[in-house]
Amino acid sequence: MSEDTNQMITNVLADRFPGVIKPDEREGYEGYVIESERLIEFAQAIRDELGYDYLSSVTGVDYLPDDKIEVVYHAYRSEGGSALVFKVQAPRAEATVPSLVSVFPGADFQEREAWDLLGIRFDGHPNLRRILMWEGFHGHPLRKDWEEPYFVEPGKPFKNRWPEGEAIRSEEKKSFKKNVQYPSEFSPDGWIPEDDKALYSGMVQLGAQDSGNGRTLETDQIIVNLGPQHPSTHGVFRMVVSLDGEEIADLQPVVGYLHRNHEKIGERNTYIMNMPFTDRLDYLASMGNNFAYALTVEKLMGIKPPERADYIRVMMAELTRIVSHLFSIGTLLNDLGAFFTPMLYALTERELVLDVFEAVSGSRMMCNYFRFGGVARDLPEGVLERVRDLVTERLPRKIDELDTYLTDNEIVRTRTIGIGILTREQAIAYSAAGPVLRASGVEYDVRRAEPYSIYDRLSFDIAVRHNGDIYDRYLVRLEEIRQSLRILQQVVRDIPDGEIQTGKSQYQVRVPSGESYGRVENPKGELGFYIVSDGNPNPWRYHIRSPSFINLTSFGEICKGHKIADVVGILGSIDIVLGEVDR
Amino acid sequence: MYGLGLIKGLGVTLKHFIETYLDDIRWLGRRYYREGAIAERQGPNARGVFTVQYPEEKLPVPEEFRYIPFLVYEDGKDGDRELRCTSCGICAKVCPPQCIWITRSNDPETGRPIPSPTKFFIDIDICMNCGLCAEFCPFDAIKMDHDYELASYDRLADHIFNKERLSKSVSYYQSIRPTNHAFEEAKRAEKEAAKEAKRKAR
Repeated sequence: MSEDTNQMITNVLADRFPGVIKPDEREGYEGYVIESERLIEFAQAIRDELGYDYLSSVTGVDYLPDDKIEVVYHAYRSEGGSALVFKVQAPRAEATVPSLVSVFPGADFQEREAWDLLGIRFDGHPNLRRILMWEGFHGHPLRKDWEEPYFVEPGKPFKNRWPEGEAIRSEEKKSFKKNVQYPSEFSPDGWIPEDDKALYSGMVQLGAQDSGNGRTLETDQIIVNLGPQHPSTHGVFRMVVSLDGEEIADLQPVVGYLHRNHEKIGERNTYIMNMPFTDRLDYLASMGNNFAYALTVEKLMGIKPPERADYIRVMMAELTRIVSHLFSIGTLLNDLGAFFTPMLYALTERELVLDVFEAVSGSRMMCNYFRFGGVARDLPEGVLERVRDLVTERLPRKIDELDTYLTDNEIVRTRTIGIGILTREQAIAYSAAGPVLRASGVEYDVRRAEPYSIYDRLSFDIAVRHNGDIYDRYLVRLEEIRQSLRILQQVVRDIPDGEIQTGKSQYQVRVPSGESYGRVENPKGELGFYIVSDGNPNPWRYHIRSPSFINLTSFGEICKGHKIADVVGILGSIDIVLGEVDR
Repeated sequence: MYGLGLIKGLGVTLKHFIETYLDDIRWLGRRYYREGAIAERQGPNARGVFTVQYPEEKLPVPEEFRYIPFLVYEDGKDGDRELRCTSCGICAKVCPPQCIWITRSNDPETGRPIPSPTKFFIDIDICMNCGLCAEFCPFDAIKMDHDYELASYDRLADHIFNKERLSKSVSYYQSIRPTNHAFEEAKRAEKEAAKEAKRKAR
């Protein structure tokens, strides 16, 4: 944001809300602190008057020493530009802030997550239940004074590893059943989850009196649990579907089966240790995750990678996009019933790209390749030629083949056109990101909206479609693969020689205190990292704005009215990866 | 015409189907178990069957491939193993899941630490193969292995590797990572030469 617009916004807001907003003046912080009573009014004003209609990220930070909980919001304009950051504060003991779901429906899951993990109560939230942890869970794990069952120390490295380390297994210290905490009056054997009842009764049911659906066939109202072990969910993911005959009256996604509290682990880790952990978020796009994390920490440290490293980074990120979209198209066709032939055609090409990743980083999927201020190692001999062969010859040919194979296929078209429509307004309101957003006619791509790395000198088009259905999401992905190939052709042509690391690569980086939010356009959408540093080797707060998770917010809405068989296809077109949804 | 897209799509499948057989003829039954065959079958010009007959055939791993660290030792004068490790603890400090445990040796008389580990453990159930230990070791003493077939019947007995289990010779290291090894040796020689020159100058 330029100084001028910044000043203008401050003036406008200060006029509108005298005494209610003040700039955040802590060292290394940005944005405004708002009085929580006026939060909703403020949110409406920035959405309607200043054009910040896209609420990207909502999260909380527990400032234990100040006895305060802070909720941090990052809002953007859907036509591009940098963030408007605003915060509200509440005392730790009674952390209550107004919910923004009425203004930005996309805040729904994120507020539930903040309630679940940080114990922030959002007044006015329609459905404030736990989302990632299980219903009987005791406490809020991201509070700074909460300790996990295998707790050793607040921060790594642990002192018992060296110089007097003697290997022990954590499970020997705390055996099974002793490794969980719950209130003394709670009995795990006799427990029946009450939340399921609440979940079912909260769902729209057309009710027996309303069976006059205008058709001669009498239909039943039933609730079906799709998952958590349903093969179409690509992992462990549950959809509670309320059905009227075959038609969907309501749908609620239930997530968290793969939850490992990545963010708590991240706060125990040192900065460099988080790099391999980010691989495990969206495990189909580990290079992209590395990229976002490296950018965020570099922003805090105030360093920039050398030119060659930037080119290598973009090369890897774009290859990742190709891989992820190929996988997504393959599985989508699987979900539609084209059993495994398109999937395997797509996977064959993916293997060739993974070979490149393996040669460069040492691992096909868990790449762990980026470092702060560079990359782990230079491209080994022969890799650049291999990438050049792939992106100029084989992949374009194969993408065309995939296009011929699928795009005009009548069965694919009948199953996808007009199904799962997300309108432009909905897409923005629900904070959808990536191909899901762009298929709804919003020309928003972080690589263009707020260019990072070297994207501002690369020529490529943003793939946009306007119908917002499954078919358009598929077409957007296909087009994005082509655009990625275009970027890669420029990158392999222009990549300069030189260093790949700014300064010396260190195992203990010094990160000055402050906050930073870094984001990249990952294959699934905007992946953001929000990091608060207090100057220690471990981050104070480490939050991930995960596109798969937030894209699910609108999932229930777009399924309504469709047949149950279409749910599988719609989910496939949103393209979630459970490692990232559940974190 | 309705159905044209379908037919076009089926044409692609048919092409793949026929290509597989053409490819078979080209190989004349020598597709598998042959030097260099995998590289061609899975290379950028691959057509036909893409799969590998594991475990009869194995994919060659690139030099940078990483799987479970090992400790490099040099062969001493009378056949004893001299670990390069000085038990400085950097690998244990950088390890993200904290699966490395080191006990430093102390001189029994003075009580001062001596640069060699008495005990060294890696819990391979916890190791996430990230390679940070190898990357940041200042003595090139810990390196990532290429041996990925580590399945065992008893996880409680076999999955915490001790110093003996972790030690592998420098010649093994050289065999799996020739480029890296050569690079490190050259660097070391350069350093030695610089030291030598300095000593002579004095």
